[in-house]
Amino acid sequence: MTSTHGTPLLEARNIVKTFGSLRANDDVTLTIMPGEIHAFLGENGAGKSTLVKMIYGALQPTSGQFFWKGRQVTPASPSVARHLGIGMVFQHFSLFDSLTVAENIALAMPGPYDLPALSGRIAKVSASYGLPISPTALVGDLSVGERQRIEIIRCLLQEPQLLIMDEPTSVLTPQEADQLFVVLKRLASEGCSVLYISHRLEEVKALCDTATILRHGKVVAEVDPRRETAASLARLMVGGDIHAIKARASAVGLGKPRLELRHLSLPADGAFAVPLIDINLTVNAGEIVAIAGVAGNGQGEFFDAVSGERTVAPDMLCLDGVGLGGRSITFRRKSGAAFVPEERLGHGAVPSMTLSQNMYLSRHAVDPALVSSGVLNPEGARAAAERIIKGFDVRKGKPDPEARALSGGNLQKYVVGREMELQPKLLVINQPTWGVDAGAAASIRQALIDLAQGGSAVLVISQDLDEIFEIADRIAVISRGQLSEPRPASEMTREEIGLLMAGAHERAQGGSPGETSHAA
Amino acid sequence: MRLEKRAERSSTMALASPFIAIALTIVTAGLIFALRGNSPLQALYVYFIEPLTAIWSVEQLLVKASPLILIGAGLAVAYRANVWNIGAEGQLTAGAILAGAVPVFLPQWQSPLTLAAMMVLGIAGGMAWAAIPAFLRNRFSANEILTSLMLVYVSQLLLDYLVRGPWRDPQGFNFPKSVTFAEGQLLPYVTSGIHAGVLVTFVVALVLGYIVSRTVKGYEITVTGLSPRAARFSGFSQSRTILFCMMLSGGLAGLAGAFEISSVVGQLQPQVSPGYGFAAIIVAFLGRLNPVGAIIAGLLLALSYIGGEAVQTALQIPDKITRVIQGILLFYILACDTLINYRIVFSVPALARA
Amino acid sequence: MDIVLTLLTIIMTAATPLLLAALGEMVTERSGVLNLGVEGMMVMGAVAGFGGAYVTGNPWLGILTSILAGMLMSLLFGFLTLTLLANQVATGLALTLLGLGLSALIGESFVGQPGIKLPTLSGIDPLVPFSLVMVAAVSWFMFRTKMGLVIRAVGNSHTSAHALGYNVIGVRYLSVLFGGAMSGIAGGYLSLVYTPQWVENMTSGRGWIALALVVFASWLPFRILAGAYLFGTISILSFVLQAQGLGIPSQFLSSLPYLGTILALVVISGNKALTRRNTPASLGQPFVPDR
Repeated sequence: MTSTHGTPLLEARNIVKTFGSLRANDDVTLTIMPGEIHAFLGENGAGKSTLVKMIYGALQPTSGQFFWKGRQVTPASPSVARHLGIGMVFQHFSLFDSLTVAENIALAMPGPYDLPALSGRIAKVSASYGLPISPTALVGDLSVGERQRIEIIRCLLQEPQLLIMDEPTSVLTPQEADQLFVVLKRLASEGCSVLYISHRLEEVKALCDTATILRHGKVVAEVDPRRETAASLARLMVGGDIHAIKARASAVGLGKPRLELRHLSLPADGAFAVPLIDINLTVNAGEIVAIAGVAGNGQGEFFDAVSGERTVAPDMLCLDGVGLGGRSITFRRKSGAAFVPEERLGHGAVPSMTLSQNMYLSRHAVDPALVSSGVLNPEGARAAAERIIKGFDVRKGKPDPEARALSGGNLQKYVVGREMELQPKLLVINQPTWGVDAGAAASIRQALIDLAQGGSAVLVISQDLDEIFEIADRIAVISRGQLSEPRPASEMTREEIGLLMAGAHERAQGGSPGETSHAA
Repeated sequence: MRLEKRAERSSTMALASPFIAIALTIVTAGLIFALRGNSPLQALYVYFIEPLTAIWSVEQLLVKASPLILIGAGLAVAYRANVWNIGAEGQLTAGAILAGAVPVFLPQWQSPLTLAAMMVLGIAGGMAWAAIPAFLRNRFSANEILTSLMLVYVSQLLLDYLVRGPWRDPQGFNFPKSVTFAEGQLLPYVTSGIHAGVLVTFVVALVLGYIVSRTVKGYEITVTGLSPRAARFSGFSQSRTILFCMMLSGGLAGLAGAFEISSVVGQLQPQVSPGYGFAAIIVAFLGRLNPVGAIIAGLLLALSYIGGEAVQTALQIPDKITRVIQGILLFYILACDTLINYRIVFSVPALARA
Repeated sequence: MDIVLTLLTIIMTAATPLLLAALGEMVTERSGVLNLGVEGMMVMGAVAGFGGAYVTGNPWLGILTSILAGMLMSLLFGFLTLTLLANQVATGLALTLLGLGLSALIGESFVGQPGIKLPTLSGIDPLVPFSLVMVAAVSWFMFRTKMGLVIRAVGNSHTSAHALGYNVIGVRYLSVLFGGAMSGIAGGYLSLVYTPQWVENMTSGRGWIALALVVFASWLPFRILAGAYLFGTISILSFVLQAQGLGIPSQFLSSLPYLGTILALVVISGNKALTRRNTPASLGQPFVPDR
């Protein structure tokens, strides 16, 4: 369907965007032809989102021009972009939990406000593209996959000529992703171009006609992804040096059980939360167990229950044979456990406190160098922060910066370092490398492996299947608050995990309507 | 004009902003005086400078500052944790009622223990009154701002009932007042104008300052306010923090009430405070939510009360001006605090050429 | 029958200022802004309304000045919280403290002056039917129009609304101004209808009760109507009981509305199912557009 001649649909010429001293986009040029699926590839932080936000009018370029069908345009706001025929599905959805699907879509539609008529149009589009959704459902009650459908339908209703998709599959099961690809290919065949942003090479190879590769804000290549290998694309993306993780001997079943979860259940807390249902899991000394799953299936609740931020019945959770389910997070830390939550800013660290002040956060009860008889020791905290900054290569602008002044990857290294330095017997880590650049991700994964090697039990919760296969000894999948039987990683395939993500292991608990999972 | 977020808090601005706010308030006060037809310079002199030129009025300043500092320091701690106790006036009243019960029921008791009992009861009264919103917040998630404020009216009506009814002085010519407290039921004076409560106030504020900045308890309070999720991760219980902050600020307000009736007022009457509990909210913010800062802020607010009386006597300007100036001061503080986290940029955003 | 009618009229009279102020605050809060300065805006509306009527001799112009005063106060609040991103709780408190002080200063010469009552239309205070019409109008606006949907959206997630291209700050300014206008009228009602004269602190906590009503009504206009009338009944009840001479001290009866407010807050806030859908998720959070 790619037309190699004629007027491009969209051209971005010499786009520069600076944020303070950072050049997020440095002379970026991009051409999208009508009806093509164009991949925009790059690592986290390469500047992909910045460029598409400018195309969509959510940001303004520092310099450079855009041409739409050969005519120069200035997308001054998203509504201007939408008027031109540009639709965008953001990585972070622009949805409203307390409003219905139809109301959510109405907010993006120009023209008169007529909810019943709009509901009819939604039903029509959703039927014709195979995107089932109920217009009267409250968004807060929907799964992430369903929410993405709303975003897509919202775009389709405006009959766009260019659809921008920002990392759409990061929140989908492999099967859901396949369904999405069918929709995107059909759109392209109808003449709608797709700008597909991703850092997943296999899917770009499977889906896209052209790929523009961005590194550190600069375009480094434009290639036909179908003629490249995943390895060659990866080299272009990260610039040659691909970080390899040191292989290690499999440790399955070597050590004694450290963490045991027995029939762990937890009621939903709040309007749109997920309950945990009868979770059983053992993590042994020396192994890494990974929990895969699509976002919003109870990972946060699971972390809360295992860490002790929310308590359960005493015998539901044992550490080294001692029932700690009813104990606080502080007590569990004193028993040798450590935790890294998903959200770094505002959960794992206080944004407006300095790194040394953040040392107390998880250590005020377990590190005598930091606190003695209830009195803080700022010298001790500074020294400890200094050690972690050195040991984990945390890059920063000034000696003791506030947590929010650090980049995501560096802050994650700090938080991980803070928890690992005390050599915990058990480490529970939620999304260890989410939004972290490749270098930092590799060093964090290496640190996890080393920790397990030293006899600790490591429990990783992750949405990233590549990461899971890279480090896990055993894998279990969480779906709507239920956990599948953990199995050795070497025996599992992506397809199996995908089916489990879609709920293949769930006991009859009443699945949510509109959620379809087709067999592979 | 637009605001640009700073990468980090500006510590220079954190120090400078209260002074900018004070300067702006003085300028505005001058404008109000000028609008009323007074000479602004003369009025400002009478209001802000003259009270500082005589020993007796400086002593009066310290006495007036005492309840403001005591309550403001407690509120500063509570507000740090995002516990919005705005009912300190009611807790002060409750403390005064309970402390006043001692002289009312035991008018003859004048041992050294009398004052101690009154102070303890004052603290207990304030704590009990503050425990209600804390409990309702923890148990029913009822907003403590509204409940603590409603209780102000309730405690004032209760005091009004007591001094007009059962606790009225039988020999008081039907005035709504309790018996006048005996010598041994009044605070001792350290100088001719300064009572012992003032010293206690300063010690309490300094101790609280230490707790906030150097102990795990203070860390817990600060983290709870800055980031409740991180506080939970840290193992701090939010409901425990809410209860602690309410009890602390309520107890101190109750103590301030006990101090007031056993020194300046000397008996129970329908009104035992000229709104110290509300003015202390300003003290807490002006003092940067720091108990030590509350000392300076309390002195300034006390100056605003005394200055208000001074301009009324000297220049016939109604002392209502005091509350206006206090309100304006709080506005300027809040506005200036923006500069700590943001910088103002005067520039037109670069427009892409069409 | 006559007694019932009279009682009903009295209840309506007591409920109307609460209803007006709470309706306005409901819209403000629906947009995600918590303005705790209702008491301050209301008392300024009261003094400005009295002053406007006193100076011009026309009580209708008094209502107009009360609206303007409420809006000016809310504009000040908006400038601090929306433009300067100051803490909404603290700024609301500041607004109340300033309003109480400023109204006392402005109103000093009005104390003891005879008031000018807003004329009744065939025996009914015009602001009473106005308040009822406003309930229906606000309900229609919030749930049947695009603009109402936008306000609810902004209050639910300002980041999403911003991403869709809506002017979050603009929407919030308008909502705050509407809240100010309604609080202003509520104050004007007190000094021009309820007790047609100026008394210092004459709002006596009604602004705070209105704030509680919004929570009590879980941000729904018709529930605000019900809540306001319930509170009107409670406050009238205290008068009636007092008149009966049952020997209950007047102070206890006077504290009924405040205790009732606490009770209402407890009942509603404890019930998560009632509040969860309608509570504006971004209530009280400042909005900073990212770069």
